Amino acid sequence: MSAPEEVDRLESIARDLRRSVLAMLAQAGSGHSAGPLGMAEIIAVMYFHTLRHDPARPDDPDRDIFILSHGHTAPILYAAMAHAGYFPTDELMTLRRLGSRLQGHPERTALPGLETTSGPLGCGLSQGAGIAYVSEHLDRSRKRFVYVAMGDGELNEGNIWEAAMFAAKYRLGNLIGLVDRNYIQIDGRTEEVMPLDDLAAKWRAFGWHTIETDGNSVSGLLAALGEARAVSDRPSAIIAHTVPGRGVDFMEYDYRWHGKPPTKDQALSAIDALEADARR
Amino acid sequence: MSAFPTISSIEDPAHEPIRFGFGRGLVRAGAADDRVVALCADLTESTQMHAFKERFPERFIEVGVAEQNLVTVASGMARAGRIPFTSSYAAFSPGRNWEQIKTTACLNDQPVKIVGSHTGLNVGPDGATHQMLEDIALMRVLPNMVVVAPGDSIEAEKATMALASNGSPGYLRLARDPTPIFTTDESPFTLGRAYVIRAGTDLSLLGTGTMTFELLVAAEVLDRTGVHAEVLHVPTVKPLDARTILASAAKTGLVVTAEEAQVAGGFGSAVAELLSAELPTRLVRLGVEDRFGESGRPRELLEKFGLTGEHIAARVQAVVTVGRK
Repeated sequence: MSAPEEVDRLESIARDLRRSVLAMLAQAGSGHSAGPLGMAEIIAVMYFHTLRHDPARPDDPDRDIFILSHGHTAPILYAAMAHAGYFPTDELMTLRRLGSRLQGHPERTALPGLETTSGPLGCGLSQGAGIAYVSEHLDRSRKRFVYVAMGDGELNEGNIWEAAMFAAKYRLGNLIGLVDRNYIQIDGRTEEVMPLDDLAAKWRAFGWHTIETDGNSVSGLLAALGEARAVSDRPSAIIAHTVPGRGVDFMEYDYRWHGKPPTKDQALSAIDALEADARR
Repeated sequence: MSAFPTISSIEDPAHEPIRFGFGRGLVRAGAADDRVVALCADLTESTQMHAFKERFPERFIEVGVAEQNLVTVASGMARAGRIPFTSSYAAFSPGRNWEQIKTTACLNDQPVKIVGSHTGLNVGPDGATHQMLEDIALMRVLPNMVVVAPGDSIEAEKATMALASNGSPGYLRLARDPTPIFTTDESPFTLGRAYVIRAGTDLSLLGTGTMTFELLVAAEVLDRTGVHAEVLHVPTVKPLDARTILASAAKTGLVVTAEEAQVAGGFGSAVAELLSAELPTRLVRLGVEDRFGESGRPRELLEKFGLTGEHIAARVQAVVTVGRK
């Protein structure tokens, strides 16, 4: 089990990341709000606990790999990378601006530390599987874990399930999928747009070790990741149940915040809401 | 001696499927560089990856009938330092997975090689669904992508080797049925280069892929009528060898392109873009004109679409005659 101080530290980082995301989005004037806020604990745990990485050496051949497949949640990734030291936090305010390294959707060639270019949905799990395959079967000298975060709406894409079959066939035990299960997508509730449940049963049927957890709970995520990393004969899927817009009361659970940013006033009150949430 | 050696006579050339050259080239590339891996979507023998699979079984990856996964897994392997060749019928890759190629190979700038076998009318009896005619257009609009349509199996082997080491995304256009071999082991091949393979003064015949041999036949027929055609072989459609093409166009003042593909957006369009911007020149583009193919033997289809050497000579003759009036 994780020490309470470690959980507190990661929860505090998640709050810092949310604060950055709200400021970035308000400054940019466009972008997605709900997904990045809901992902804060997942990203905080990844970049400040689980990933083996060195921001000073983004091409370190021994690093673990993190792929953000649903690239529209980029603000939370950028926030984590800046707070971890990949680039100055001031640069976060350039999100989506002309000339910025922080493109609207992650572009690998623009920013050291990004593993892939993403945004068009459905591609990340395959790319992760390709990297995991090399580590597992071709270059065993470099044992690395490959983590792929996906949106739940993204699972509508057939490419995902092609990748799921592939990873199971080749027993990619070093591949861990993180499904951001927030039940919203652009047109509405996932179960109305294109039902996914029973989602855990689907992943199990595809041959994956499948774990469900509260994706906004640091301790829940740490336990799930520990279990997934211990499974070596097949890939693992962590279905992380998250609250879209988590931490900002007027955004939580509301799919209308999927694809729009807060105004500056809304961002200020949202940051106040985060402080209140922290004291709760 | 010509700078580009070809066979001594076009009367009775040896034939071999272009894809066979890819199969040999991939084995050579794999032997030369252990980063080369091969991924196939359930068409290993058809696309000629089986020789690589036998020689380097640990570096061959079967992905099943899943062309989107084919390219995206390859993108990941490239990120992990490998040089992945992916193969399927061109109708499916790049036919089905264009966005994945754009995003995860080209924009992501990873050296993923898309090998489309079974292109053009040459697919024959399988019919329009499997006759890929739009691939040149689809691939050449993508930034970072290199597009190669080898003229025969010997050149396909060289092109495969070249793509293995050029460090960028690439598209290699192959054909199923045997086609004439007109290059030799000594013929040069460099990505991005076009070659004058027959000198002439009256017009420039520019061919890519299987069409270059037909242009050699057409030039021979035209020669007997007193029309002296220059023949350029343009295996690399992107980047286009502007200097060689413009020099020939400046000399002859009439350019004819031929491709076993849709004229719209294809090789002829690439030449049209070049000439209209740099050296407006009378241009005739031969290929498939805004229609689909159909079942038939490859040769029957070339005749129906007016793309045999004899048909091309007749079409060119009509243009030249009109031009002289």
